[in-house]
Amino acid sequence: MAINWFKYSAPTTFYGLAGKMIPWFAFSAAILFAVGLYIGFFIAPMDAQQGEFYRIIFIHVPASMMSMFLYMVMAGYAALGLIFNTRLSAMMASAIAPTGALFTVVSLWTGALWGKPMWGTWWMWDARMTSELILLFLYLGFIALHASIDEPRRADRAAALLAIVGSVNVPIIYFSVKWWNTLHQGATIKFSGTSMHIAMQQAMFTMLAACWLYAIAVALARVRSIILERERNTVWIAELPEVKQ
Amino acid sequence: MISLDVWMRENPLTYVWFGSYAVALLIFAIEIAMVVHRRKITLQQVRMMHDAGEEE
Amino acid sequence: MKKSSMLDLLVLVIRRDLVLAMRRRADVLTTLVFFVMVVSLFPLGVGPELSMLRKMAPGVLWVAALLASMLSLGRLFSADYLDGTLEQMMLAPQSLSMLVLGKMAAHWMVSGLPLVLMAPVLGLQFDMSVQALGVLIVGLLLGTPILSMIGAIGAALTLGLRGGGVLLSLLVLPLCIPVLIFGTGAVEAISSGLSVVSHLSLLGALLVLSFVFTPWVTAQALRISME
Repeated sequence: MAINWFKYSAPTTFYGLAGKMIPWFAFSAAILFAVGLYIGFFIAPMDAQQGEFYRIIFIHVPASMMSMFLYMVMAGYAALGLIFNTRLSAMMASAIAPTGALFTVVSLWTGALWGKPMWGTWWMWDARMTSELILLFLYLGFIALHASIDEPRRADRAAALLAIVGSVNVPIIYFSVKWWNTLHQGATIKFSGTSMHIAMQQAMFTMLAACWLYAIAVALARVRSIILERERNTVWIAELPEVKQ
Repeated sequence: MISLDVWMRENPLTYVWFGSYAVALLIFAIEIAMVVHRRKITLQQVRMMHDAGEEE
Repeated sequence: MKKSSMLDLLVLVIRRDLVLAMRRRADVLTTLVFFVMVVSLFPLGVGPELSMLRKMAPGVLWVAALLASMLSLGRLFSADYLDGTLEQMMLAPQSLSMLVLGKMAAHWMVSGLPLVLMAPVLGLQFDMSVQALGVLIVGLLLGTPILSMIGAIGAALTLGLRGGGVLLSLLVLPLCIPVLIFGTGAVEAISSGLSVVSHLSLLGALLVLSFVFTPWVTAQALRISME
């Protein structure tokens, strides 16, 4: 088994494997999105307190969760790349970053749209929204640092170190912001008391699964381009059917 | 802004759809387009490089 | 013997950097003038009502200190990088983390300490009470070294890059947010009659954490940048 792992962690084999997997992930993501939206809009009942507005939850919560998970996954790949010096992990980390940043944007945007009818304001300096904004800054820092270093090896390693420092900081930032928030506002508006209907849960988990599959498909597609770019001088790239043509 | 508030309460589903889901799907569509574009450009570059190499 | 040589090294690096900084006094003064100007611009921007200014004071002073410390970070390693000293330092048998710690300390003495000393004067412009000023100074004393230490990581990562200054701020500012929160929180707590112990001890904890980890991380970052 161990040998197998290392075989697939080489860019050569991974390139082909990723190419075969992308359609499956993309296809099942599309289906799950459709199913999730159907359950969310047609089966899940209207919420007693929040009316129809609560239906934003089906995109907002999965997007927020993805934005945080992806940062951790990215930092994990970055750490692997830094410790074991594997090329593919660093490439995966830089392939995940834009997707994570976009999920953060989606989460902030839908959060603002949810906040307007619920709280009467687009933006609240509440702990979660503020941390989400800071998370976006961390993603942008990673992408900017990676983009401004020309030499790929240094770019990978420098960005990896930044991702690790950032991931250590994320909990500290979260708790400090949370504390700051309770200090200033006394009470945050919470959505406790509304028990979730079973269909709501189903819709949310379906959407979460769809987001995962989508993120994997996009990251794999991006990592294939990165592999092509980095390894363009090698023989195996020259012998790829799509290059020969 | 007040008119927006009223409109929002009268058409919550339109608000939810166009406000969040359409924007989220648009963001996903843009990302997919970017990935596909990057693949195309990279392939072109690699092919050009190899063509130039063979002619020499 | 080993321990004393480590300390000697630290003192040596700090003294060297301080001498170098004194040769370029304009750089040190620029940071200080920037700090004073930013803080003085706020009343002009938001109006001279003292009650509002008093409320804003800790935030304004802290944000200005944060920005001012960003300003001087770019120079932390760049001069040594350009003239090859940094390369020699990395080849030296002594621990690079210790050298880095010395450079961080010197940076704080040159760019952090003047801000701390200047802050009370500026606080008076905002009509802060004596107690609030005291807490502000203690907070700044605990917090500005953290800014120098976290900033050093960013400075090491962006070493020799074009457009390094803006990039450096983008990398470092989000990581400094907890320091800002606890620093301003302490002053606000004393102004509203609460205890400041928790804020200041959290700042102290952050200081200890950064003291333990950032020199090593910065040394790694330097190795990555110098390869």
